[in-house]
Amino acid sequence: MLVEALALSAVLFTIGVIGVLTRRNAIIVFMCVELMLNAVNLSFVAFSKLYGATGQVFVVFVMTVAAAEAAVGLAIIISIFRHTETVNLKDINLLRG
Amino acid sequence: MMIQEPLSTGHPLADTAARFVWLLLVLPLLGFLLNGWLSISAAAKIGPSDPGAAHDDHAAADDHRDDAHIGHDDHPAVRHKFAGLVSLIGPGVLVISFGLAIAIFIAMRGVSMEQPFVQTLFRWMPVGDLRVNVALQLDPLSMVMVLVITGVGALIHIFSVGYMQDDPGYPRYFAYLNLFVFFMLLLVLGANYPVMFVGWEGVGLCSYLLIGFWFSDKANADAGKKAFIVNRIGDFGFLVAMFLLFANVGSLDFSGIAANIDKLPMGGAVVTAICLFFFLGCTGKSAQIPLYIWLPDAMAGPTPVSALIHAATMVTAGVYLIARSSLLFSMAPVASLTVALVGGLTALFAATIGLKQWDIKKVLAYSTVSQLGYMFVGVGVGAYTAGVFHLVTHAFFKALLFLGSGSVIFAMHAAYHATHNHADDAQDMRNMGGLKSKMPVTWVLMWIATLAIAGIPVFSGFFSKDAILSAVFERAQGSTLANASLLGIPGSALLYAVYAFGLAAALLTAIYMTRMMLYTFHGPSRTGEGAQPYLKEAPWIMTGPLVVLGVLSAVGGWLNLPEMIPIGPAGIFEKWLEPVVGANTARIAAGGGALASGTEQALIGTAVAIAITGIVIAFVRLKPAALVPKSVSPAATGFERVLENKYYVDEMYDRAIVQPTITGSRLILWKGVDVGLIDGLFVNGSALLARAMGWLGSQLQSGQVGTYAWVLVLGVLALLGAFARVH
Amino acid sequence: MNDFLTTLHYNDWILPALLLIPMAGAVAVLLHGRMSPQTSEPNDPSTRTLRRLVFAIFSVEALLSLGLWWSVDTTSTAWQAYFSRPWIPQWGMRIILGIDGVSLLLILLTTLIMPLAVLSGWTSVKEKLHSYFACLLVLTTGMLGVFMSLDLMLFFVMWELMLVPMYLIIGIWGGQRRLYASLKFFIYTMFGSMPMLVAILYLGLRTPDPFNRPSFSYDWILNHAQLTGSATLWLFAAFFIAFAVKVPMWPFHTWLPDAHVEAPTAGSVILASIMLKMGTFGFIRFAVPLFPGAVGYPPVRFFVLTLAVIGIVYGALVAMVQPDFKKLVAYSSVSHMGFVMLGIFAMSVQSVQGALIVNLAHGVSTGALFLLVGMIYERRHSRLIEDYGGIAKVMPVFATILTLVSLSSIGVPGTNGFIGEFLVLVGSFRTQPLFAIVASTAVIFAAAYLLWALQRIIYNPLTKAENKHLPDLNWREIGLLAPLIFAIIWLGIYPAPVLDKTREAATRLVHRVETSSLSTGLGSNAEIH
Repeated sequence: MLVEALALSAVLFTIGVIGVLTRRNAIIVFMCVELMLNAVNLSFVAFSKLYGATGQVFVVFVMTVAAAEAAVGLAIIISIFRHTETVNLKDINLLRG
Repeated sequence: MMIQEPLSTGHPLADTAARFVWLLLVLPLLGFLLNGWLSISAAAKIGPSDPGAAHDDHAAADDHRDDAHIGHDDHPAVRHKFAGLVSLIGPGVLVISFGLAIAIFIAMRGVSMEQPFVQTLFRWMPVGDLRVNVALQLDPLSMVMVLVITGVGALIHIFSVGYMQDDPGYPRYFAYLNLFVFFMLLLVLGANYPVMFVGWEGVGLCSYLLIGFWFSDKANADAGKKAFIVNRIGDFGFLVAMFLLFANVGSLDFSGIAANIDKLPMGGAVVTAICLFFFLGCTGKSAQIPLYIWLPDAMAGPTPVSALIHAATMVTAGVYLIARSSLLFSMAPVASLTVALVGGLTALFAATIGLKQWDIKKVLAYSTVSQLGYMFVGVGVGAYTAGVFHLVTHAFFKALLFLGSGSVIFAMHAAYHATHNHADDAQDMRNMGGLKSKMPVTWVLMWIATLAIAGIPVFSGFFSKDAILSAVFERAQGSTLANASLLGIPGSALLYAVYAFGLAAALLTAIYMTRMMLYTFHGPSRTGEGAQPYLKEAPWIMTGPLVVLGVLSAVGGWLNLPEMIPIGPAGIFEKWLEPVVGANTARIAAGGGALASGTEQALIGTAVAIAITGIVIAFVRLKPAALVPKSVSPAATGFERVLENKYYVDEMYDRAIVQPTITGSRLILWKGVDVGLIDGLFVNGSALLARAMGWLGSQLQSGQVGTYAWVLVLGVLALLGAFARVH
Repeated sequence: MNDFLTTLHYNDWILPALLLIPMAGAVAVLLHGRMSPQTSEPNDPSTRTLRRLVFAIFSVEALLSLGLWWSVDTTSTAWQAYFSRPWIPQWGMRIILGIDGVSLLLILLTTLIMPLAVLSGWTSVKEKLHSYFACLLVLTTGMLGVFMSLDLMLFFVMWELMLVPMYLIIGIWGGQRRLYASLKFFIYTMFGSMPMLVAILYLGLRTPDPFNRPSFSYDWILNHAQLTGSATLWLFAAFFIAFAVKVPMWPFHTWLPDAHVEAPTAGSVILASIMLKMGTFGFIRFAVPLFPGAVGYPPVRFFVLTLAVIGIVYGALVAMVQPDFKKLVAYSSVSHMGFVMLGIFAMSVQSVQGALIVNLAHGVSTGALFLLVGMIYERRHSRLIEDYGGIAKVMPVFATILTLVSLSSIGVPGTNGFIGEFLVLVGSFRTQPLFAIVASTAVIFAAAYLLWALQRIIYNPLTKAENKHLPDLNWREIGLLAPLIFAIIWLGIYPAPVLDKTREAATRLVHRVETSSLSTGLGSNAEIH
């Protein structure tokens, strides 16, 4: 059971990583990040069967943080969109040296 | 306040007028302070409290303010408002000093001066085993110098009252002159080398200030600066000599050195080096080859200054230094030979230049260089008495010549001023001529001085010059100098050569001095028709001092008559200086005998014959009547031109030393090393390096989130891989 | 005088008081700035009050410090006016203050120069007066602190404390290129002081007190530091960099001309008169006594002496060709400070005492020169020598004073400059004759550069129309130069009392180097690990 759950978690995480690396749309990248977070959540829950409830407590934390992050992140994306009329990451390079 | 008990209490002079020797210094210093104060307070216009703001509106207000003529030769005849007071203070302090000097002299005559009288005023530089006090030393040698300085000095001060009467810088002039006398007295009265050095540099400073007295003329300011800097090269030698003395003898007092002199081996390298470095100092101060170049330029100063500083006193400081250090020099035959050789060469070299100079003061300047060469020949061969004797007689006749030329220039100036002639040169002999009838007193007196300097018997110069030349001959025949050698040439050969130089220079001296007299006073006048009524004898305040100097020039020789001319007591001067230099002369003369009386007669005969020949040649060859004024004179050609341009030595120094130093400093040191290497490469270079590294780092920041994510993932994978390897 | 001071317990409180008064003054000035409206009107009553207040603070400071001349026994081997309180006890840092003859003279120089510096900007500084005066006051605390600190950490804090206000003074009230100059000054100095901080930490940690805590006390380190030969060399190098930049020694000098040229008059004066002395003081107080082995080690000594002599000749030659008078004086400082370094490292009693006198003399003469430059700059707004000429005619008082000060800078006997140079040279000739002879040539170059400049400024024909109506010095300016002129002549004619003050310290320094070069294993034959 544990192995399957971890395998699923790994698959989800990899999908998230690949999404972050390959997609150009900020919203999709953002969703992929969420996907990675949830993959981690899944492994936390799975491990909690072995090591006690600490993992589940952590999941609650992560979800809270993810929610906050989603709020802030989407707000930033919207304001970027208002400013540049695009959410394509290729076109956004404010941090270029 | 800080006067302490004299060091040598119990000295026979301690209770006489000599205990006021410090007053000799204080008087001129006081004169300087008073005159300086008058000068400043008359010239100063205290500025507004906010100088930055006041400047602009000030400018328009007094646009017609008198174009302040201070420091300018070309001025309307307006007496300075403090002229009366200054004329009292300036010469006054000198006259009192001279009186005091006479009193001390009388006291000194009565006692035995085996030991010098030393008066310690206060501690100066007490550091470790170096104990330098401000202390004064009176002995026969310094007494002679004090008398010359205050005596001739007083006369020149009095002369200046007339000569400078209309100058707007009148109080400033006397302030400088008083200060000069103070430093000069300090120089000859100092009881140790550092105190002497204070005077040594101080007189140089005053010379600088007085040469550049009319500083608004660039040439004058240049000449002053040149004098100071060239003198500084000499001072470098003086300093190093003092360092060597202290490092090897452990004392800088004259008495301390005498007491510890056995630490220096006779004729050793150290004592030779000390003497040579001292002599470098002398070549600067006393205008000898190779540092003589400043003296002719120094004629830019007022003429009485030339008389006092650049003829009678300051330039003879080098001779005094060697006489004062005769103990050291008598132990270093090689150094003494060098002194004599350089002196002889300078005497001849300067005399040749003097032949073709047209500026009356330049003739006298080169003549001074030449005569100083004689003095160095004298002290070089250990005839310290003869050298100092020539110093004294030279002070008389050269001061007379300069003051006389001052009178001439004064008259010429007045004439040109009255006729509004600003184009012609008041000092050029080609513009003079025929002044004999206009200025008879000056004419007679200057002839006396000319005969004296030429070495015509019974006049003072004859005796002193003869004493030097026969001493050279005597040493050449046998002495420590004759046995020594310089650069592989035996000493006696060198000394015979120096004797020959001396004779040749004597011939040239007679020629160029007669030439000067002929062109100035004889023949027709070339000054211009309109100027004639204004050419006249100077007032008595100027002629008076000339007369006194004329008498001294004529009879000064009686101070030291040779035994074979029995017209008075022989060798007064010799006996007077005996306690100071007698033993040292004996050390140098060791191994030789006195000249046979026949030889001596022959030597005197030769010298006189040569002097007369010179005068005759001048009279025969030179035609004052054929001379034309400067403005229409043709340019000289050939060797005459080389002489007129002083062998181009100034130009040579300029190209070989001055310009390379300045250019090198500017292009290599400043622009190259400082701005280029240190600042450019290291300082700004390291700043540039930091910026370059920053730029490189910034290039990694593409701003693409995707790239960052890739880098992050790759980094994680790399770390995971590394961990996997470890476990 | 001394009895009177004793009844006041003068020695117990004077040093902390001297540090605290300017600090309190700075606070007061800033408070005043908060309460009164900012104005650039020079004759505004509040501005006037402010100027007078600051001048009063500095005058009080100067008067108070004057008592040290009598109260301090410079013949004693113990620290004078000693003051010690805990500061950060866990780390062995204490507030230890104390002085000897060397620091006494520099403290007096500082308290003399500061009121003059304030007077010099009386009319020329108009912007941000409150901050300007606050900077000057904090700077004073920093400088005095350097001279008094006997705890290495406290010393370092003071050392850095004086850096910031000077950076601001140059950067805010300076000339055209003030930003470049102030940054250069700051970074140069930091570049030097960072290695010193490391060295101080090393010393403090390696010399624990009896309770095995680190100790930064100067005396403790002086007497208990156990260093290997190579550690001595490294530590000396670290201190050397810090002080050499400050002196400044060739080739660490290039910040100086820029800083001097761009700084306002007060800044230049303080830089030249006091801050340059920090470097040489650092050598005398810290680098040499703490690491006598390194100083006695011939290659090190040869190296430092070579740099010193290069600085002497190089500074003079480069000064000769400067078109800007302030830069000329700046390069002449390089030359003069080279004499100080030569004197210190030649290590004879005469040369060390001479170095101390040159230090003092340079502070007085160069300070006066910068003041004079500031005065004509205020009138003519140019520092270029070629813009002047013949102004002795319109400004006779200025010309007289400039001549006198220049002569003292050249080292003409009878002025302060001569005493120092003579002693340095006569002393170093004994131990290092070749270096001394090369250094002596500077007497020629010094005359060349200053007299040439003097001629082009005050002599020669007065041709430029702008110069024909320059007003002469006013009473304020004459008054502020008067004490310096007095010092120039007094030190030249009767320096014996001053020499007496430094005799003990100099003798001890020389003795320490002479006796300990072998004991630390750094003799010429010893092997370096």
